[in-house]
Amino acid sequence: MFIINCPYCGERDQSEFSCGGEAHIIRPKQPTELNDDQWAEYLFMRKNIKGVQFERWNHAHGCRKWFNLVRDTSNDKIHAVYKMGEKPPVI
Amino acid sequence: MTKYRINKTRFIDQTKNVSFTFDGKTYHGFEGDTLASALLSNGIHLVGRSFKYHRPRGIMSCGSEEPNAICQINNNTEYTEPNVRATEIEIYEGLKASSQNCWPSLNFDIGGVNNFISPLIPAGFYYKTFMWPKSFWKKIYEPLIRMSAGLGKSPTKPDPEIYDHKHEHCDVLVIGGGISGIISAKIAAKNNLKTILIEDKNILGGSTIYQNNKNFVIDGQKSNEWLTNEISELQKLDNLTIKTRTSLAAFHSYNYLLAKENISDHLPLDKKDGSIRQRLWKIRADKVIVGAGAIERPLIFNNNDRPGIILAHSVKKYLDFYGVSSGLNNIIFTNNDSAYETAVSLFEKGISVKIVDIRKKSSSSIIKNAEELGIEIYWNSTVINTFGYKKIKSIEIMNLSEDGSNVTGNKNKIQCDCLAISGGWTPMVHMHTQSGGKLDFREIDQVFVPSEKNENHINVGSCNGDFELEEIVKNTNNKVKTFLNINEGGFDKISVLCSKESEKKNIWLLPNTISESKTKSFIDFQNDSTAKDIKLALREGFKSIEHVKRYTTTGMATDQGKLSNMHALGIIADTAGVKMGTLGTTTFRPPFTPLTFGAIVGRSVGKFFDVVRKTSIHEWHIQNNAKFENVGQWKRPWYYPINNENLYEAVQRESKAARNSAGILDASTLGKIDIQGSDASEFLNRVYTNAWSKLGIGKCRYGLMLNEDGMVYDDGVTTRLGENHFLMTTTTGGAANVLSKLEDYLQTEWPELDVYLTSVTDHYSTTSICGPNSKKILKKLFPNKDFSDEAFPHMSYQDALIDKIECRIMRISFTGELSYEINIESKYGRSLWESCIKAGEEYKITPYGTETMHLLRAEKGFIIVGQDTDGTMTPIDLQMDWIVSKKKYDFIGKRSLYRSDTIREDRKQLVGLLTDDPNEILEEGAQIVSELDKNPVEMIGHVTSSYFSPNLNKSIALAVVKGGKKMKGQKLFVPMENKNINVTVSDFIFLDKENKRINA
Amino acid sequence: MKNKYSIFSLVKNAFSQHENWKQAWGNPEPKKEYDAVIVGGGGHGLATAYYLAKKHDMKNIAVLEKGWIGGGNTGRNTTIIRSNYLWDASAGLYDHALKIWENLSQELNYNIMFSQRGVMNLAHNLQDVRDLKRRTHANRLNGIDAVWLDTKQVKEFCPIINTSQDIRYPVLGGTLQRRAGTARHDAVAWGYARGADAMGVDIIQNCEVKGIKRNGDQVEGLETTKGFIKTKKIGVVAAGHSSVIANMAGLKLPLESKPLQALVSEPVKPIIDTVVMSNAVHAYVSQSDKGELVIGAGTDAYISYTQRGSHDVVEGTLKAILELYPIFSRMKMLRQWGGIVDICPDASPIISKTNIKGLYFNCGWGTGGFKATPGSGDLFAHTIANDEPHKLNAAFNLNRFVSGDLVDEHGAAAVAH
Repeated sequence: MFIINCPYCGERDQSEFSCGGEAHIIRPKQPTELNDDQWAEYLFMRKNIKGVQFERWNHAHGCRKWFNLVRDTSNDKIHAVYKMGEKPPVI
Repeated sequence: MTKYRINKTRFIDQTKNVSFTFDGKTYHGFEGDTLASALLSNGIHLVGRSFKYHRPRGIMSCGSEEPNAICQINNNTEYTEPNVRATEIEIYEGLKASSQNCWPSLNFDIGGVNNFISPLIPAGFYYKTFMWPKSFWKKIYEPLIRMSAGLGKSPTKPDPEIYDHKHEHCDVLVIGGGISGIISAKIAAKNNLKTILIEDKNILGGSTIYQNNKNFVIDGQKSNEWLTNEISELQKLDNLTIKTRTSLAAFHSYNYLLAKENISDHLPLDKKDGSIRQRLWKIRADKVIVGAGAIERPLIFNNNDRPGIILAHSVKKYLDFYGVSSGLNNIIFTNNDSAYETAVSLFEKGISVKIVDIRKKSSSSIIKNAEELGIEIYWNSTVINTFGYKKIKSIEIMNLSEDGSNVTGNKNKIQCDCLAISGGWTPMVHMHTQSGGKLDFREIDQVFVPSEKNENHINVGSCNGDFELEEIVKNTNNKVKTFLNINEGGFDKISVLCSKESEKKNIWLLPNTISESKTKSFIDFQNDSTAKDIKLALREGFKSIEHVKRYTTTGMATDQGKLSNMHALGIIADTAGVKMGTLGTTTFRPPFTPLTFGAIVGRSVGKFFDVVRKTSIHEWHIQNNAKFENVGQWKRPWYYPINNENLYEAVQRESKAARNSAGILDASTLGKIDIQGSDASEFLNRVYTNAWSKLGIGKCRYGLMLNEDGMVYDDGVTTRLGENHFLMTTTTGGAANVLSKLEDYLQTEWPELDVYLTSVTDHYSTTSICGPNSKKILKKLFPNKDFSDEAFPHMSYQDALIDKIECRIMRISFTGELSYEINIESKYGRSLWESCIKAGEEYKITPYGTETMHLLRAEKGFIIVGQDTDGTMTPIDLQMDWIVSKKKYDFIGKRSLYRSDTIREDRKQLVGLLTDDPNEILEEGAQIVSELDKNPVEMIGHVTSSYFSPNLNKSIALAVVKGGKKMKGQKLFVPMENKNINVTVSDFIFLDKENKRINA
Repeated sequence: MKNKYSIFSLVKNAFSQHENWKQAWGNPEPKKEYDAVIVGGGGHGLATAYYLAKKHDMKNIAVLEKGWIGGGNTGRNTTIIRSNYLWDASAGLYDHALKIWENLSQELNYNIMFSQRGVMNLAHNLQDVRDLKRRTHANRLNGIDAVWLDTKQVKEFCPIINTSQDIRYPVLGGTLQRRAGTARHDAVAWGYARGADAMGVDIIQNCEVKGIKRNGDQVEGLETTKGFIKTKKIGVVAAGHSSVIANMAGLKLPLESKPLQALVSEPVKPIIDTVVMSNAVHAYVSQSDKGELVIGAGTDAYISYTQRGSHDVVEGTLKAILELYPIFSRMKMLRQWGGIVDICPDASPIISKTNIKGLYFNCGWGTGGFKATPGSGDLFAHTIANDEPHKLNAAFNLNRFVSGDLVDEHGAAAVAH
């Protein structure tokens, strides 16, 4: 059980948070103009990285804010936390 | 004192007699004894039978590594517990212990026959046989295997005791109250760090606390005396919490640790008084210092498992801590110096002792001590066999060849009643590896020691591979100083004198005159795996340590390989001719010692299993005989039986009442989300399939929400309370998920929208009144309000006051009847409800539950998300095309509706079903076919909702059927186990398609 | 030549102190080229190789395993085998597997201890009842033995379940598949390995795939820690790490890899002689031949390749166990562990060709792949050998995520294990 440094509340147990999966998958602005393949790419296809991954987390049992987090999925070490809309750090 | 209690120590209060039973016979021990020490004081070694061969086994150790002495405690009581280690449990008055895995008795065990057929049952034999005839596996072979496997017996009654959890945060957690832990804790606490020290025994001090040998001196005092003083100093420190009888269970990532405290396991049953049995500490420590110690290794030779063969250091502990001599005629068999302390201690108490050492010579001070005392030492020798069935009687020894790979010379038989063995020490690196740390192999003494670490922790003392007293004290002091960033350790100028081992020799599998395949040289004592089993596994191609472990079951017993893993690895390395360090180890998995389910779960049992959510009207429902249904965590009235009505009868009555006069429903559990902001209507446009911009203030609209995959996700009515203010309702079960999903889109996809969401489910109570008389009742409740269709039309809302309390009235309907919902602050919910009941009395207003609600809406053809949909239904499938805006550019899930497989015409679609026999009620979940004799049967859909409608006087059902939209009037079949039911596809709106009743 | 295993061979070998047993499988170095290479030496991978050799006459094949065979999810699961799935496609797939299980010990001449002790799925709320009845009806019509039990029958079949109607989520009934049960997981991997090896398959352990070489749309071979291996057909069965291998070929899959935990108690004498699963009160339990209670916990809700889940998940599972079996409160957890499962959005697997020629994937089994092992191997072998799916795995193609024809066992509230 790791500790997440919520950018709004500070360090809290991971059990207070829920994960929203891979970050920076932008919802297409014009979905109707995509073909089925392109839509499926957005909808389902994931990098599912073993290693440093950028992902979305929500402080579900706290401030309920969504934010981004950079975590190494091979050892759960967290490298960075940043707010929605902020530029992803270079890791 | 008994014959074997030969010594008085300060750890055992010999004035406090404790009686207990073992296998039905009463024995006596003293307060402070473990079951093992008490049994040994009575001369009892034989305590169990082994798992596979049922060989007699004795107490082998004095701690959690014990493989043999495991007992059933308090059998046939609700306090019973299987597989309790006699070496760990403290005796108390009235304790009942019994041996396990033997029948009819420990002394005469039928299973012992397995020992004689052992040639037929080598490692993994069960993979090679029991296959013929096939039917025998289920009926004979497997039941036989199961009956003979298992150890103790599971309790069969609920646990009378309670368990507790406690969360704790600290600067420093010290694991282990031995000398290195005590030094660490003292340094930490003296430097103003909030420190916790945990120790699994009932007193601090580890093995140093009874190390009373003149060769081990700290600052001029014997090490045990010095440590005793240190402990009393320690207990004065303010910011140190000491927890004894507390063992570390798991070391998880981010320094999250679990420790189990035994609170009442050492108390007699009649003193338990309902207090807590065990507490699980959940500790988040800034820094962790592991001083877990080391475990003594056995030696592997033929018949090394007889009762009376005990680890050498355990013999010392029984003697110097408990005052019990394990034997009166002892032989110590060792490959290292540490066992000489045992020898000296025995000798000093006048007990006969000889030593067999595989080394050629050694010259440290402790060995000189033994030699000066005149203890007989057989150098360069090994034990090749032992004798005595239920207790060791003698051993045979031979000399070792020059390189140690063989035996030479003559056999020498020596009598004994106890063989104390020592194969060196294994650092307890479990905590370190559990935390993700790595290990290095140290060739000189063949141990794995901690290397690279993953967490903010250090290892000190013998678990770090420091075995000599001087290095333990000095290295601990220095390491802790560095780790805690402290200049002054307090032990910087300490002087330590100790014996230092000069000669090291290790042979994993000791040589014999006969080949190892003819010996029984046990490695895993509990699981009965031997050196030849390991060699067999290797011969059969099992190369990896994990394969060998799984094939031979070595290391998989209840001690989890604490005694066996190293020898297994050593023998694999020797056999394969590779370096041991290259093999790696098996993974040490939590928990360190078996952990009670009860302790893991804590208080969350019984009525605390899960939160119960109740509406503010709940107590009224109870008083009015409601039966409840669990909907998520909510309790909802299911139906209100009168005079022993069953579900069916009650629902028929409630349904008729709602249609004919008035019904009342507690709808408070529906999710409610308050939506505000200048972009609120645009937001709704994006999350619902229909359009929201033009909804007037004071109007309500039904909305359908999809997930991005185009499947129906939730539904409900949303009301526009103001220009920038909406109140959304969701399904009861979906409320939390809908809010999360909306927040997700709002914060991450559409941060530009000015919208704020607040869950108000618990803030408002909702009472729904429906039926032709509902308007009259509302009028009575709100006499000043104009309820005419013109002033208050269907799908609109108005603010109102009742007894000066503000409330909101929505004229909406889920039943198809004229219907109103009143939202009021929850604290007034019950009062409002009772006012409604009172006002409705003259109309025989009838409370109805979820079942009637389901029936009424089914008559009207309204879906229930989750019952009529299953995550695979689009709104088009539900024939709800009308609610899917063609004009809107986008909404959640829109794109998915136009994929090649979601636009297919032959998808499952919502239909109505009427049974040919109007009294036949279909079973919900029943499958539907169009051709009965097709093989294989092709299922084209299933029944989602089904009821007998009292208002239509016939059975009705909703179903989803492939291509159902175009099948109206078609005959289909519902094949049941014993019959086929004929049905006809109908419209799914069974009642009042023209919506007359809503405005009745 | 392999030894034939039987009681007679055991007796015979006892006379020679078991010193003449042959290797169950060899330890070859990789050849330069194979007709097909299976990536992943778990049960599914080894079964695939076995059926390629046995049914499709492909003998020049290799199985590459990063660690030791059977060391991934094959050796980490709770060994439940059942086929009572809702959708026709799933029922077809899993029952195909179940039928093979029923004769597998004899076929492999290796006792995989398939124990048809029945699997019960419990219902705890009214929607559970509807869903499980729906599944039972579908099973019956698909020829799968499944029956509905009311609460009393549940209690009769497994007396230690707490069926009091006063508990938080009382048992309202359940389904029972009697042909379902458990098997000895390690033996499955070992049995298939031995069988495949006997037909000439090279089982290469400690060989990690580092890259996939392509020539345009066709695979050419694999970069491994034991050098380059040429091949025109690659079947990837690397549960947990499927996406890692896919990324080497420039593919993305609809998968997320998550830690799934399980635990066993200390061994005790027989106390529960069936498998009981509960979805609403998330817990499932059986007892192994050795006497340990085998308990499956859930997955963590985030991607992780650490094989270490969080303690909360174990606590939550045991909480549910004690709700249903209060008598287990004084039992002790002996060992807990984690595996990495890759999960599809519809909780159904992928056994499919890809848009790269010669590259096939068998993945996405989520928390329930073990039960499918023989069927999965058989169908994947068919798909690789014929470059065309078998009709039983046609629905489990990758294209379903594009066209929208998901096999949604998850949404259909089937127990996902």
